[in-house]
Amino acid sequence: MKAHDLTELALRNLRESALRNSLTTVGISVGVASLVAMLALGIGLQQLATRRLVRSGLFDTVLVTSRRDLRNFDREENHSGPAPAESPALDEAARQRIERLPDVVEAYPDLRFITAFSYATKPHLTMVAGVPESYRSHDAFEGMEGSFFSSDAAREAIVQKAFAAELLGKTAKPGTDEVPVAQLAKPLLGTEITMRYAERVPASEATPPEVEMTSGEADAATYSIVSREIKLKIVGVTDLDPDSLRGAARARVLLPLKLLESLHVVQAATLRDTTQATSKVPVYGTVSVRVKDPARVQPVEESIRKLGFNTFSMLDATHSLRRFFAVLDLFLGIFGSLALAVASIGIVNTLVMAILERRREIGIMKAIGASDGDVKKLFFAEAGVMGALGGALGVGLGWVLGRAINLGTNFYLKRQDLEPEQIWFVPWWLVLGAIVFAVVVSLLSGLYPAARAARLDPVQALRYE
Amino acid sequence: MSAVAATSQSTSAVRTDHVSRHYRMGESLIRALDGVSLEIPAGQFVALLGASGSGKSSLLNLIAGLDRPTAGTVSVEGRNLAELSREELAQHRLRTVGMVFQSFNLIPSMTVVENVELPLRFAEVDEKQRELRLREALVRVGLSTRQRHRPSELSGGEQQRAGLARALINRPRLLLADEPTGNLDSRTGTEILNLILECNRSLGMTVVMVTHERSLAERYAQRMVFLADGKLTGDAQATVATPLSEGNAS
Repeated sequence: MKAHDLTELALRNLRESALRNSLTTVGISVGVASLVAMLALGIGLQQLATRRLVRSGLFDTVLVTSRRDLRNFDREENHSGPAPAESPALDEAARQRIERLPDVVEAYPDLRFITAFSYATKPHLTMVAGVPESYRSHDAFEGMEGSFFSSDAAREAIVQKAFAAELLGKTAKPGTDEVPVAQLAKPLLGTEITMRYAERVPASEATPPEVEMTSGEADAATYSIVSREIKLKIVGVTDLDPDSLRGAARARVLLPLKLLESLHVVQAATLRDTTQATSKVPVYGTVSVRVKDPARVQPVEESIRKLGFNTFSMLDATHSLRRFFAVLDLFLGIFGSLALAVASIGIVNTLVMAILERRREIGIMKAIGASDGDVKKLFFAEAGVMGALGGALGVGLGWVLGRAINLGTNFYLKRQDLEPEQIWFVPWWLVLGAIVFAVVVSLLSGLYPAARAARLDPVQALRYE
Repeated sequence: MSAVAATSQSTSAVRTDHVSRHYRMGESLIRALDGVSLEIPAGQFVALLGASGSGKSSLLNLIAGLDRPTAGTVSVEGRNLAELSREELAQHRLRTVGMVFQSFNLIPSMTVVENVELPLRFAEVDEKQRELRLREALVRVGLSTRQRHRPSELSGGEQQRAGLARALINRPRLLLADEPTGNLDSRTGTEILNLILECNRSLGMTVVMVTHERSLAERYAQRMVFLADGKLTGDAQATVATPLSEGNAS
């Protein structure tokens, strides 16, 4: 029998027992809806977590250090490769080489050091760090008061909440409520803060040289360190620290990276390298490498290691996270499928009842030339049509259910003064997959009734009243 | 007289050779057919006569390929039905044989045209050809104006006409009619038999009709085969006296 004849006959037969077949179809749709809602929730939560983590820069960032930096020597994966003394220096040339690697979005030096600031004649000592332009969209700056740097080399600063409180002398006592960012930002934004720093100047330019260091070789690193000051305009006060990855080395004052680079501030790595007498160009302590996609972190790490550097990323954490969501999705899927399993029993019941009711009709069809295959296909088609209709209806129902969960959650978040979140997401593959799954489950449910109908003896069936 | 010997024509449409059909009902064995040998030449109108339980319908079911014999062989157009698979038997019912039943056996939820169209769907006939055949069959049985009605909205005669149209739709060479007038009044029954006779004469279709009314058999069939207790008890030529125009015989 041709496909359109089969579908036409199946639809006609389903219309004949409209109430029973509709109820069975509704049963399937409830099953599919629960499956879709559960999986959409799982996918939504996973996306939410991934989105926040990716935006936080934790999972798409690789930290690169030189092998000469013996602080990393005890890390197991770094034991291979060249010996520390023979490994390349992490200088500007190395940074550019890393930036040219496939899947690398940017590689920027991690400039951070402890220095003194003065604000309203009072001195303050804290960690300062350079922030690349790409941080403009950074999660950490989401709840920031004020604005991001006007340009990559602007003489501007963003201060962290705790430091802002310190500048204003409003440091919260333990056990008391923290001062809100907005309240701290108001008197600070637009005001100037002075940063003191030590500039590295080539020996010939430095006048007068305060410190001079030379290696054993005549043309090796020779430079002077000059104490400087720079006035910075406070443009923003931020709640979170964008570099939470670095733990103890968190900066409380952030400057545009290009500005910080142009200041040629002496860093710990410069001094370390100078004593080892291998380079006369400045070296970086750490280079942060941003990768296109968290999934590409591992190959990028490998490529960087091949260049002779040490790497560190939160990759293991992403692995665990993915595993967690895979298990969560599996469980949500199983719970969602339970309702569909119950619905499939409904299909078996409906079709078995249909065989009993249509026994004579099956006999007639066989007497006038229907083959076992035709009868089987007809029952299959009926199960398939119920599955497809139930699947489509179920996806719609699941979508509505998911929207309701999302709305409810956001209503709750709003009442808690929190930002709304999309915790539920239905990708197109879930829509198609759910309908296909419903059809497959329905066809499987139709296996037994269809085989039973096909086996009917036409002579016996024709005698049946 | 041997039924096989009684036929003189060389091309046989149906041939049964010592065919038996036994059923087991609890402890007892029912011999619905017991060693029946019969040959029906192509184009002949044969009436199977006998009382209830004589085995007429069992024999018809075997020729239709709806049932398989316990012993012996049934051949239609030279093909031994015992050797056919279930699928091939379905094809035999679809293309070689057309069946008309006493209780019409129309599917109540379908309209006349849907019922008549059903074998065309099973035979995967294309749309254009389908239209043509439907029109032809419905015109032949005089049901062109009632095609959108459901069986419950038709008279017994109209239902049997629909049943006949369905049996003819795939242009079979063998028409099997199981008490086609059993549920009809005599006037309507005659109309139906005239239609069947016309198929036999104008289309050269072989007709095997089960009936227990000898008068009808004598009037329409060329040959009468008698069955009693599952055995062949007689085989006689009949004179077809009723011309097609006389449709009002009682």
